[in-house]
Amino acid sequence: MADLSSDHAITKQDESLTSLPFDLDEALSFPVRYSSSDDSPVEGTPTEPDWHPVVMNFPAVDPDDSAGHCTVCMEGFRSSGEGGRRMPCGHAYHASCITTWLSLGHSATCQKQANYGHFVIGGRNPLRQVPARQVYNNSKSFFPSILDLDASPQRARTGPSFSAPPALPSETLNTSAGACARPSMSSPETASERTVRHAFGNVLAFFVLLLIGVLAFSIRLFSVIKYESVIHEFDPYFNYRVTQFLTKNGIYDFWNWFDDRTWYPLGRVIGGTVYPGLTLTAGTLWWVLHSLNIPLSVETVCVFTAPTFSAFASWATYLLTKEVKGPGAGLAAATLLGMVPSYISRSVAGSYDNEAVAIFALIFTFFLYIKTLNTGSLFYATLNAISYFYMVCSWGGYTFIINLIPIHVLLCIVTGRYSSRLYIAYAPLVVLGTLLAALVPVVGFNAVMTSEHFASFLVFIILHVVALVYYIKGILSPRMFKVAVTLVLSIGLAVCCAVIAILIAVVASSPTKGWSGRSLSLLDPTYASKYIPIIASVSEHQPPAWPSYFMDINVLAFLVPAGIIACFLPLSDASSFAVLYIVTSVYFSGVMVRLMLVLAPAACIMSGIALSEAFDALTGSIKFQLLGFSTENSQVGVGDASPDNAPAQKNAVKSDASENTLKDRTSRKNKKKEKERGKEEQGGQSSLQSQIKMRLQVLPLESSIIGVFLLIMLGAFYVVHCVWAAAEAYSAPSIVLTSHSQNGLHVFDDFREAYAWLRHNTEVDDKVASWWDYGYQTTAMANRTVIVDNNTWNNTHIATVGTAMSSPEKAAWEIFNSLDVKYVLVVFGGLVGYPSDDINKFLWMVRIGGGVFPHIKEPDYLRDGQYRIDSQATPTMLNCLMYKLSYYRFVDADGKGFDRVRQTEIGKKHFKLTHFEEVFTTHHWMVRIYKLKPPKNRIRGKAKKSKLKASSISSSKKSTKIKKNPWL
Amino acid sequence: MVRSTGDDVLALFHSLRSAYAATPKNLKIIDLYVAFAVSTALIQVVYMAMVGSFPFNSFLSGVLSCVGTAVLAVCLRIQVNKENKEFKDLPPERAYADFILCNLVLHLVIMNFLG
Repeated sequence: MADLSSDHAITKQDESLTSLPFDLDEALSFPVRYSSSDDSPVEGTPTEPDWHPVVMNFPAVDPDDSAGHCTVCMEGFRSSGEGGRRMPCGHAYHASCITTWLSLGHSATCQKQANYGHFVIGGRNPLRQVPARQVYNNSKSFFPSILDLDASPQRARTGPSFSAPPALPSETLNTSAGACARPSMSSPETASERTVRHAFGNVLAFFVLLLIGVLAFSIRLFSVIKYESVIHEFDPYFNYRVTQFLTKNGIYDFWNWFDDRTWYPLGRVIGGTVYPGLTLTAGTLWWVLHSLNIPLSVETVCVFTAPTFSAFASWATYLLTKEVKGPGAGLAAATLLGMVPSYISRSVAGSYDNEAVAIFALIFTFFLYIKTLNTGSLFYATLNAISYFYMVCSWGGYTFIINLIPIHVLLCIVTGRYSSRLYIAYAPLVVLGTLLAALVPVVGFNAVMTSEHFASFLVFIILHVVALVYYIKGILSPRMFKVAVTLVLSIGLAVCCAVIAILIAVVASSPTKGWSGRSLSLLDPTYASKYIPIIASVSEHQPPAWPSYFMDINVLAFLVPAGIIACFLPLSDASSFAVLYIVTSVYFSGVMVRLMLVLAPAACIMSGIALSEAFDALTGSIKFQLLGFSTENSQVGVGDASPDNAPAQKNAVKSDASENTLKDRTSRKNKKKEKERGKEEQGGQSSLQSQIKMRLQVLPLESSIIGVFLLIMLGAFYVVHCVWAAAEAYSAPSIVLTSHSQNGLHVFDDFREAYAWLRHNTEVDDKVASWWDYGYQTTAMANRTVIVDNNTWNNTHIATVGTAMSSPEKAAWEIFNSLDVKYVLVVFGGLVGYPSDDINKFLWMVRIGGGVFPHIKEPDYLRDGQYRIDSQATPTMLNCLMYKLSYYRFVDADGKGFDRVRQTEIGKKHFKLTHFEEVFTTHHWMVRIYKLKPPKNRIRGKAKKSKLKASSISSSKKSTKIKKNPWL
Repeated sequence: MVRSTGDDVLALFHSLRSAYAATPKNLKIIDLYVAFAVSTALIQVVYMAMVGSFPFNSFLSGVLSCVGTAVLAVCLRIQVNKENKEFKDLPPERAYADFILCNLVLHLVIMNFLG
């Protein structure tokens, strides 16, 4: 029915249709005519001598080998006589099919395209497994879609698995033959066009990423603009101080630095007790800038470290998501991460904390793991270990990585996805990573001694066993393998039981079962509140409330489930990792509000995938609708002239449909439907029916436009929320406070006022006691020695200070005096209504103190279980040091003694201090500093009395010790 | 029962041997290297069990260097194995270069950790 002359006729017709934007249908359809030999009169089925000489040189396909099917005719290789040939790209075709193709392509120049490892013949790709997006690029897209950048190797590899075979019915023969004649004319042009488009996409992506980086950096500058360029909060001050030391004294002194300003009289070995990643990073930045003659101060570098690394983090997110689901999803995820409020809360300019660099390190490590998993390259495995090292340097959260990756490996093994790439991705990471982690002083031997790391070793062993099993399975015949399995199972089980028993015994012999308190409180959310008040007292260790999810990840919370579904279509190694990551991080964020930070990247990745898939599907349908109508019209116009109108019409519909097939392939949401469709088509049903079905599966134009509009609205809502959160909620530096009143902006700079007073008015060696929250700030800003600071490694020491604060004046004086304390600093918000002051934290002081010194009992401070400071308060409460230091002379300030935080009048208004004297109170009374009065000279006859009193007042161990003190 | 099991074991060994004999020579050399590294690690562990693990970092770096070498060699073996279809595109030169780089990093770390 179709012969060569008709071929030419339709070529002409086709040339008149060069406006037709898709030229891929011919790539898909024309070889089919040769698969059905009975109606292909052109060349018939070529016998062996007709095979192309190039083809003959390629190795024959062994039919037993899992060669799959010939992707030209979509049939398998039944026998070696059938002439299957394996091409250099790894694909196998029937020699007859590929010969036909080569002869029709008018060119036998086979060039291997590096990107996809697929054949391109005469500049044109005949194969069906061409990554759908790649072919799609070929067509004149409706708009330059950034989503079609390039096909990652992962995509190319998984490509065939989800490409349904569009074996086209022979009815479309004549037109498809016409289409196939066209490539010879236009092929050079399209090839260059594709390169240009490709390059354009890459450049566009580069600029988008650049903009995302700028966005991520600049959204975090609200704190600098609204306040000033200062270090925020508590921990950053310590990091800042360490960085200052590092830049001044160099790296060697840094490792050996014994800091005598903290934890008096113990001191602290800084080099061995900090995660040095952040300080080293900022120190290096500062050093590089200085060697470039850019004289920035250390403080400036520290302030802007976090925003800089958040830009890096969004780029890392792009890379990671690109590995999971392609560049489109990557860009979406990077944009989302650049401004996710949860991450902003930890990385605004001035928030110079470990998490600032750690989140980047976390995402980048995951990216390199996935990259190694996808490529199986040892080079990336090395990079992965080094990146993991950086993460270990930066944050204690590295245990999340070293547990999540083994879980993923285990998951892959259990679900039968073991591959040698998995081995290369994991085994070197464990060995190198463990060694590198042990290099960090603060981790040291913990990297092999604590249970947090055991999971990785166990999985390491399991992986080796599995690898061995796969290897032996590969070289043995199935029967022999069965024998081996039974043999090994019987012996192996016994050995395994023994090993596990030994392991359990070893773990159980250690007191905490090898787990540190923080990890235990992660696994058992109630652990901390039960056993470790010092961990529970930190507000960021509390479980989050539901609204905080909405506050911190906003609309992402709704997009995540869609992203998870998209990850399952189809489930690859990379997407299963993404799913695992989101599931575990959701759990951990539910335990500790602080770990919301770990959830944020996972949520961004998932939402990015969801958004990009949704846009793909919607814009795909819009494109299809618009294109479909235009081609139909033009086709009809031409078809009128041709003698047989109906086939031409059909062809138009067909070309729509085949384009649609490709499009749907990219949006895996429709994968299932497409499979069904593929089956129908293979069944050789009438093409018209399937075409109609295909049409129905595309969303209607209006609803897709509305869908796109709604998605954009959702994004806009997210952006507005993020900017609001960055500007209003998370930018306050907490050492400078502001309040808006009718008189305008009011600034409370009391903290720095107090620290400056300390720095200028006290001796260098004086010791300052305060609750541990203010330790870091005191050492960093006032440069005075503190008793306790924000590091929580010595519970007893903190409990001693807590006990002093909750004891009566004299007992407290004795405790403080025994610690050489000269000044006591309390934070009081009652006058201006600053809620996080010491009175509100006081119950934690009681609890932590009482945990070590049992004579401090929490119920003594509560009236009927209520914490109150008004006239109903218990006498213990009204006489404790914290109450007295906070409310001393308070009634002079406003005349009534009305506490604006607790909204009550205080219980005891007029009292005098006997052992402390007020030396400084800041402008808004927020910080009050007291000096310990020197011990009184001995007065004859009174010594015995006071001694008696002392023993009656306090029965603590401390005071009995102090009785031997020569001062008394 | 016992006899048949014994026969099976024998047959298994035979087929294992014949299957392994077909392995290319360069892979056999790598296998030898892996076996050497693993046995060195085992010797160190036995020595540690007898003498004690006092300079723990020395013991750790000794054992882990052997294990690491073995693991990297296994990775190399996977990559240069011609029968492994996953690494068809990877030229063996690249595999060796990666192997050397990885070893370099590993042993730099080990020397640092040796103490």
